This record gives sequence, C-alpha cells and structure tokens, in this order.
Amino acid sequence: MLTLTSPTPTWAHPLPAPVKLAALCLATALLFHLTTLPALALAAAATAALTLSFGPIFARTALKLLRPLWPFILIVALWHLASHAPTQGAAIILRLLTTVTLANIVTMTTTLTAMIAVITALARPLKPLGLNPKTLALAIALTIRFIPTTLLRLATITEAFRARSPHRPSWRILPPILLATIDDADHVAEALRARGGAG
Amino acid sequence: MEKNVTYIALFAALIAALGLIPKIDLISGVPITAQSLGIMLCGTVLGAKRGALAVLLFLALVAIGLPLLSGGRGGYAVFLGPSAGFLIGFPVAAFVTGWIVERWQTNLFLSAFVASFAGAIVVLYAFGIPGMATVLGKTLPEATLLATPFLAGDLIKCALAALITRAVAQMRPGALLSRT
Repeated sequence: MLTLTSPTPTWAHPLPAPVKLAALCLATALLFHLTTLPALALAAAATAALTLSFGPIFARTALKLLRPLWPFILIVALWHLASHAPTQGAAIILRLLTTVTLANIVTMTTTLTAMIAVITALARPLKPLGLNPKTLALAIALTIRFIPTTLLRLATITEAFRARSPHRPSWRILPPILLATIDDADHVAEALRARGGAG
Repeated sequence: MEKNVTYIALFAALIAALGLIPKIDLISGVPITAQSLGIMLCGTVLGAKRGALAVLLFLALVAIGLPLLSGGRGGYAVFLGPSAGFLIGFPVAAFVTGWIVERWQTNLFLSAFVASFAGAIVVLYAFGIPGMATVLGKTLPEATLLATPFLAGDLIKCALAALITRAVAQMRPGALLSRT
C-alpha cells in the first residue's frame, strides 16, 4: 500500500513523531493568529526554506501535494479581486498553503509504524470507555490489508459487468461490492475467532 | 466481538475504496465522489455507533498519511484545508444516519433515504460550510453558495444508499447490524 512517507531519508525522519506532531499543532495555532500580510509572507518563506532543506526531490513532491488545492485558491483569488480586497485574499491563500505544507512535511517524514504507535498511545486513556488499544491496532491493520482486496473486488466486478453489457458500469455494481465486503468480514471474523479471538 | 471489529475495519476499507475509484459514472456532469456514499452506508448498514467508529477509523488512516481521500489526498494537511469541516462532520453524519435507521422502524428504503438525507446532507453541511467559511475567509451565505453544486449529487447518493441498503437487507439480513 502506498503511503505519503518520503522514501529518501531526511534529517527530520529520526525525530520522534510526537515531537513533530506537537510542533505542527503549535505552528498551526500560531499561523491562525497571524493576520498581516508581511508576517504571513515571512512564515511562508520560512516554510519554503524548511522544505528546501530536505533536498530537491522532497521539495518537488511537497509541491505536487499542494496541487489539489488549486480550485480553492482560484476561487479565493477571483473573489477577492472582484471585491477589491486583494491583500486579504493573498493572506488567506498564504495561510492555507503554509499550514498545508507544514502538515505534509510531518506526514512525509514520519513512517506509518511510528504514526500507528502514536494513535495506539493516544487511545490508551480511552480503555475505561471500552476501547482496547490492541483492538484498535488490529482494526487499523485489518483496514490497511483490506483496502487493496476491496479495490481488487471492485475491479473484478467492473470487468464482469463490462463483459456482459455494452453500457458503462453504473451504480448496479455497488450492491455486489458491498455484499462481497460483508462476506469477507464474516470470513475474517470466523478466522479470528478460530485463532483465539480479537479481545 | 470479532464480527464488530471486522465489520468496522472492512467498512473503513470500503469508504477508502469508494474514494479511490471515482470511475463509477452515476450521472455525467454532476460532481460526484462515491466517498460520501460510503459514509451513508456505514450508518445505514452498521448503525449509529459502529458506523461512526468505522468512519473514525478511516479518518485515522487518512490522518496518519495514507492517501485515501478522493483525489488521493491524505495526511494531517487535509484537516487544515478547505474541506476540513466536512471531514470532521463525517463521523457525526454516519452516527445520525445510523441513529435514525435504528429508531425509525418503518419501510427500510424510506427510513434509509431520510436518514442519509438528515445525516450526510443536513448534518454534514452544517459542519462543512462553517469549515469552508473559516479556511477560505468567507461569510456563511457565501460558503453555502460554494457548496450548493454538490447538493444534486448528494441527493442521488441518498437514493443509492437506500437502494443498496435494501439489497443488503434482502440478501444478507444478518449483516444489517442497524436493525438487529
């Protein structure tokens, strides 16, 4: 399964995940308090310098991760040009790009294993409420394993539909996909019980 | 116990799979991601509590950096972007949808349709629109205007969720945890 973690090691990779996450929370809270354009531009420049310090390949990937934001940036830009408040628009866009880039840096420099460890640690206080951290770790592992399986099912059922019909696959392929998912879940539940249960 | 864990995990995987394959053309020209259909189905099939847990599990995987949101987005960044409000509203939407299907024991199609509408449209937009307004620096009416193009697609998805839920009830009655 593909993750967003950068395969080229950087100096931020060995830092402990909770430290990076805490720093991200702090930086984001700070950014939402900055309102003037020069301050935000400075923060954006610092973020760009930080991204570049991880090397050119890393920086290019980080830039690519910002691509899904362009429709929002376009809307905000047009809106604020039309309402004659370009400074305010630029501030909003800068803040959006900076917070998203900082969060992406944390994601790209932290392994999946370290992230799962943070989640199970965060879930520990919830144990009295009935959420066992071990069960949570099992559920995370099951989901990650079953995403490719479900995608494969989707592809198989789509192919089968195409083989029988000249039309494009419609919503009619969704019920069999859901039923297949349910059957998989039943089988896995049985297999888990046979191996001593999930508890 | 095992059944609960596997159902929650596999429905989380289903939401991810529905977001990764946007090729299912429901109606051309309407912007549709199947992801919110997954949110509705979590509520209508799994019920309030388990449905919300499945969505939370999915969001946890997105947060730790798997690119599972429609368009291949993932990582903490999505909780700071323009659709953050919608993401925070996802588990609440699944909970409300499931809660209505559990309580309103009428014809399943009707109950699932109304529940999906209340959960994945009314409740979800109530979270998503203020979120969009905050991040994009808009007023609430302006943000509402930006969200309206999705309404048509979401209405179609409510009907689909109801149809699919009825199909599950007919073919795997034991799997409809919201009504058992």
